Amino acid sequence: MTQYTSATDADRAQMLDAIGVESIEDLFAEIPERLRLRRPLALDQGLAEQEVYEELRELAARNVSTEDEISFLGAGMYDHYIPALVDSIILRSEFLTPYTPYQPEISQGGLQAMFEYQTAISELTGLPVSNASVYEGPSAVAAAGYVAKLANGRTRFIASRGVHPHSRETLRTLAHGWGMAVDEAPLSDGATELPEIGEDVSAVIVQQPNFLGAVERLEPIVEAAHRTGALVICACDPLPLALLKSPGECGVDIAVGEGQTLGNRLDFGGPSFGLFAVTDALMRRIPGRIAGETRDADGRRGFVLTLQTREQHIRRERATSNICTAQALNALAGIVYLSWLGRRGIVELVELMLQRTGYARDRLQAIDGVVPLHGQPVVREFAVALEAPVEAVIRRCREQGINPGYPLGRDYPEFENGLLVALTERRTRDQIDRLAEVLASAIASERSELAGART
Amino acid sequence: MSATRPGARWFTAAADDELTIFERSREGRRAFVAPELDVPRRPLDELLPGELRRAESPRLPEVSEPEINRHYNRLSKRNFDLDTGFYPLGSCTMKHNPKLHERVAALPGHAKLHPLQDPARAQGALELMWQLQQALAEIAGLPHVSLQPSAGSHGELAGVLLTRAYHEDRGEHRTKVLTPDTAHGTNPATVTMAGYEVVKVGTDERGNVDLDDLRAKADDDVACLMLTNPSTLGLFETGIDEVARIVHGIGATLYYDGANLNAIMGICRPGDMGFDIVHFNLHKSFTQPHGGGGPGAGPIAVSDRIEPFLPRPQVVRREASGNGAGEAYYDLDHERPKSIGRLRGFQGNYGVFVRSYAYIRSLGAAGLKEVSEVAVLNANYLLARLRAEGVLDQLPVAYDRLCMHEFVLSGSPMKRDLKIKTLDLAKRLLDHGVHPPTVYFPLIVDEALLVEPTETETKETLDGFAEVVAEILREAREDPEIARGAPYTTPVRRLDEAAAARNPVLRQP
Repeated sequence: MTQYTSATDADRAQMLDAIGVESIEDLFAEIPERLRLRRPLALDQGLAEQEVYEELRELAARNVSTEDEISFLGAGMYDHYIPALVDSIILRSEFLTPYTPYQPEISQGGLQAMFEYQTAISELTGLPVSNASVYEGPSAVAAAGYVAKLANGRTRFIASRGVHPHSRETLRTLAHGWGMAVDEAPLSDGATELPEIGEDVSAVIVQQPNFLGAVERLEPIVEAAHRTGALVICACDPLPLALLKSPGECGVDIAVGEGQTLGNRLDFGGPSFGLFAVTDALMRRIPGRIAGETRDADGRRGFVLTLQTREQHIRRERATSNICTAQALNALAGIVYLSWLGRRGIVELVELMLQRTGYARDRLQAIDGVVPLHGQPVVREFAVALEAPVEAVIRRCREQGINPGYPLGRDYPEFENGLLVALTERRTRDQIDRLAEVLASAIASERSELAGART
Repeated sequence: MSATRPGARWFTAAADDELTIFERSREGRRAFVAPELDVPRRPLDELLPGELRRAESPRLPEVSEPEINRHYNRLSKRNFDLDTGFYPLGSCTMKHNPKLHERVAALPGHAKLHPLQDPARAQGALELMWQLQQALAEIAGLPHVSLQPSAGSHGELAGVLLTRAYHEDRGEHRTKVLTPDTAHGTNPATVTMAGYEVVKVGTDERGNVDLDDLRAKADDDVACLMLTNPSTLGLFETGIDEVARIVHGIGATLYYDGANLNAIMGICRPGDMGFDIVHFNLHKSFTQPHGGGGPGAGPIAVSDRIEPFLPRPQVVRREASGNGAGEAYYDLDHERPKSIGRLRGFQGNYGVFVRSYAYIRSLGAAGLKEVSEVAVLNANYLLARLRAEGVLDQLPVAYDRLCMHEFVLSGSPMKRDLKIKTLDLAKRLLDHGVHPPTVYFPLIVDEALLVEPTETETKETLDGFAEVVAEILREAREDPEIARGAPYTTPVRRLDEAAAARNPVLRQP
């Protein structure tokens, strides 16, 4: 008997007797013999709990986490502090272990939390309708593209090169199935160049702040897109929206984004959640679950999953998306985190990042061999160009316990030695100063080595 | 109707209206204390010009930590959960979520690992992913696995896009995908999202795919057949060999919806049945907690002919090169020229992989097989117990065969004779502290009730459930109004879903 099952020999005998068969084997009589696996699966035998713990601990120890080095890695996920309160709430069985709330009378906790989450996302994005979450950031961009396709049936997307490379690629993967092309709008000094938008363009996709950390001016893009009837999709990091003019205010039709920065762990990339908010006009095309307010038989307020005629379990092949399981627990972490930050706290937190990012940018750009990659305003991340091979510089920095950031050349051949440096409230001035020191010395070493090699 | 009808009261929180966190907000309260500003403060305008800033900060709640804590703890008590009671929700595999998994997933080496960490500095994570790929490949009987998709429906989308890439690579442009009329809603929705037309295939009188209908619809324009086996009726598709022959005969792919894998682990394998592509729901068979609607993960396993098209990047094991002193190492392979591309950011829901890997390591080959055996034993036993209680007179089993890990009842006679619908039975179960089975699915069964007890439950729990259902039917025979007005003991009574959809209130005003 396994640790997770309870059928004793006595139970089995009674149960088989009640069923009217001789053995458990008889229960599988309908499976053709040819298909039966008449050998054990080629997996190791089961282990005791403590042995599994040791193995998983050992695997964890072979990863260099943000507790093991001073990390300025960002590029879509960020090393924020997660309050203990978030862990405590999301570990509660009542939130951790139920299914999607199909029976609202016994799911009011989860449904109300979704409603609160939707309210907070609506506040941040400045758009009236938020769903209860989608998978994560890049797939949310693709899902938004699908909404645009359903809304106007056009054949082409224009994605700014400032949109996260993973988002652009994910959109391309899905758009291929719809027979739609994805063109790119280039960047100029780090910001999206206003593209030529034809009548065949379904949506223009931008990111705020963009992948290089630059704060985009959304209004001119929105104006140009709307003039030809194209929609505007904006992928946003939700935290900086505490300070930035909201996508809704700028006229954006669909705001999506990676929700990891709202109280979710890095987890090597997931699970986190994708936020998804739209205008009233697109309310009935939004993908995924939405909680709505209603009354019960006694007239008391309650919450239910609503507008379900959009969804796959009702509308099947005419659904606005195939999404079923999304990221409810991660979105719950999001609303608990946002409540913990609060209206003043979120502004203080983002202003702190803004100040430290400004400081770090100045410090780094003062280093001999570091030049600005663009001059746009930034909030929490900025890009510089190194006058030395970036991968080698990163390796040198890591030997000093500093992970200086993400090498842009992997995704942007035009920025071969570009370095993307991210800040969170966890990165102190001392750590920034240390980064500057280590980076300066790594660049100097690389350059002298190169010079040495030339002579 | 009295609110004191018999039935246990499971919920301890007050049944009063709960204020929202926004309604608890009072200006000036706070939980967050910002770290000190340790760099010289520069004017805001210098860092971020005014025209880029918002005029008014987002109206988030203003609440102290104790209040947030109490608020969400109180809300939690208005949820029913798997850790509290029986949850026989068909097709959802509500099995125990081992507590160890939360502990190991929270280890900083896993939880605080940045997704863009250099692979050489994430060897533990990549090895775990590679090992999980190997294990899933063995369970599916297909050699190649991508862990990238985020949930079952995302895995389905991956599968249909892989199918498209496979055909296009051979210069073919097919337009249709077949799905049985018993399919999960995600199947036809996925087909549309992947740019194909859905063609429905019927079900025969035994609950299998109607082979004649399949033959009639299987033409050169068909790209794929999506199938769940055991089916959503909880029945093993006995004609699967013939199904595979027909589908492969027209050059289409055979897709396996892994929602019901919990019935067959170590018993038989989709790959051996002829499936080309399989998705797993790690939140079903492999214990990732459902979280009230996610997160999950939907890895896919594929055959050799589909492998070149798998999403990027792929976790690979590379043999050490050069001096020969090193060991094998793990890496992310981005160089996949025929790949369909990415389906999401980074490498997938790693936190879910940690839990599922821990589960597979805990149970091993014999344990996983026992899980499926007990899941099937429990389902058949529960069906027998319901029969013994006389329940099947009012709720006959839709297809009277040996079931696999779940079975479907039809509430049609109950509706006719006792004047209560399946929905009423479900709502009355709530008063007995049981989560109802899945209702009104599969669509081909009138007043359907899909029951999946899982291997987690004891014989006593199953006995108790059978007795409760029998009791509700007895009660309805005397007074159907009781079930029709249920539930009574829950935090709220039956909710007006139509009103919610008619006049959507989707956020706090």
